[in-house]
Amino acid sequence: MKVLVCMKQTPDTEATIKITSDGKGIEEQNIKWIMSPYDEFAVEEAIRIKEKQGGETVVVTVGTDRVVESMRTALAMGMDRGVHCSDPAFQGSDALATAKILASVIKAEKPDLVLCGRQAIDFDQAQVPSYLAELLGWPQVYAVAKLELQQGKAVCNRRIEGGEEIVETSLPAVITCDKGLNEPRYASLPGIMKAKKKEIKKWALAQTGLGANEVGAQGAKVKVVQYLPLPERPPGKVFKEMDTAEMVKQVVKLLREEAKVI
Amino acid sequence: MASGVLVFAEQREGKFRKVAYELLNIGKQIADKLGGPLSAVVVGKGVKDLAGSLGKLGAQKVYVVDSDFLALYSTEGYASAVASAVKQADPAVVLTGNTAMGKDLTPRVSAKLGVGMATDCTALEVANGKLVATRPVYSGKCYIKVEFAGSPQIVSVRPNTYPVAQETGGSAEVVNVDAGISADAVKAKVKEVVKTGEGKIELTEAERIVSGGRGIKDKANFKILFDLADVIKAAVGASRAAVDSGYAVPDMQVGQTGKVVNPSLYMAFGISGAIQHLAGMRTSKVIVAVNKDPEAPIFQKADYGIVDDLFKVVPIMTEEFKKLLSE
Repeated sequence: MKVLVCMKQTPDTEATIKITSDGKGIEEQNIKWIMSPYDEFAVEEAIRIKEKQGGETVVVTVGTDRVVESMRTALAMGMDRGVHCSDPAFQGSDALATAKILASVIKAEKPDLVLCGRQAIDFDQAQVPSYLAELLGWPQVYAVAKLELQQGKAVCNRRIEGGEEIVETSLPAVITCDKGLNEPRYASLPGIMKAKKKEIKKWALAQTGLGANEVGAQGAKVKVVQYLPLPERPPGKVFKEMDTAEMVKQVVKLLREEAKVI
Repeated sequence: MASGVLVFAEQREGKFRKVAYELLNIGKQIADKLGGPLSAVVVGKGVKDLAGSLGKLGAQKVYVVDSDFLALYSTEGYASAVASAVKQADPAVVLTGNTAMGKDLTPRVSAKLGVGMATDCTALEVANGKLVATRPVYSGKCYIKVEFAGSPQIVSVRPNTYPVAQETGGSAEVVNVDAGISADAVKAKVKEVVKTGEGKIELTEAERIVSGGRGIKDKANFKILFDLADVIKAAVGASRAAVDSGYAVPDMQVGQTGKVVNPSLYMAFGISGAIQHLAGMRTSKVIVAVNKDPEAPIFQKADYGIVDDLFKVVPIMTEEFKKLLSE
């Protein structure tokens, strides 16, 4: 089975996010960049599928040269090869444009299964996989915590409010991975050495077959007009070094009389 | 010309989710500003009467896509149904709830219509006749405001952001819409729905949440939080540390890799307040923190805090709430 993983590089969860002075973006220097954590579940699952039944694993990403480092991490974990979609025309692509670029790679690679993270932890949109599935005319299953592959189909458990849905889908399909699916491995030292020699193919606008006006900022259907800092929370009232019952009474009273939530 | 607002009113087993009523409220406000009607779309099996009931809550027209194969949710079936209703209603704005269903459905509908969308919005406004949506990004460390280049403007809204619509006594015209897809064409099918949280208040819809972290120390100790939650009709959540330690089930996890909640009152017991946890509860209106460690970062986000042992605090607090609520 051939499994293709769509991966995105994002700031580390612990990174401090500072808005640029013009309010149009974030300051990118001093940020530690990582593979989006949900994408690690997708990479791990792809590698496990290959270990179990053979085949090939390909990791694909869209971005500048910076993102190659995260792609090498996926290769070091055990993915076979990479496709790096990079072109000045791709800059400022929104979810739909990104999906169009990825779909062009998928059409050329013809995998049996596409895995993505549930969402990337920068913009938290969870849009690209659905756009991708629609562009390909494939079924999709979102936020899967258990995946079982059978002959030509996949059985997926996905969490919903107060329970789980068991979804059965034909393949090929786009499946997005949630926490609980697996425990991603760390890259081993030999893995890291091997990854340096693994192929990363470049994929530019010319290869996508798309027009320059379909991708990048020009093609964006959603425009970010402004970045806003969090509203300041006034300092809270913290009680300490007092009798427990007294502190509790104070807080309960404030919840009723000041906050009016009880 | 596209006008008005269309709300996707999510139902499961003949019951609307609370967010459907919230969307009718904010939908009406947007429709009033933009001009055009407030309408709704209901998808399912045997949902016609249910759909009609939305007239009382301000919907002027309700588009119903009713078919046997829509009894259970499927991305392809529901996305095709909603896209058909959008084409017929021709709204300027489409609103959905950012629920498990909405997260899966909304981008697929947007893809079918070839437009963009904004996910998990926490504020909607109208400027120069266009929608401006505000949404948290980077785990809630900042916000962005977005506008749309195409039409309709599609937005999923975080549950509990707006109050529910009030009854108006109006009635809605019910319009039947074809799903635009046959049962055989649906490739991913829900085979079964396994319920684990029967009767419990769903975290993402809860008005009040009581949450436990590493400080709770043992699975059995969650009982004191359930007792407290019973008294104030709260849902019970947990931090990632509590879930990873096996004190709580994954369905209870609040945070970046769990659920994003938005209650009026969030009470954190024995939770230090790691950035990943804050990402899941930061928009709570009032935050209470109880922790032994005065340096715990959660105190910087809390409106009210108690520096003490949660095992001493919780039983007293439960009794105090009991007294207060029996008055």
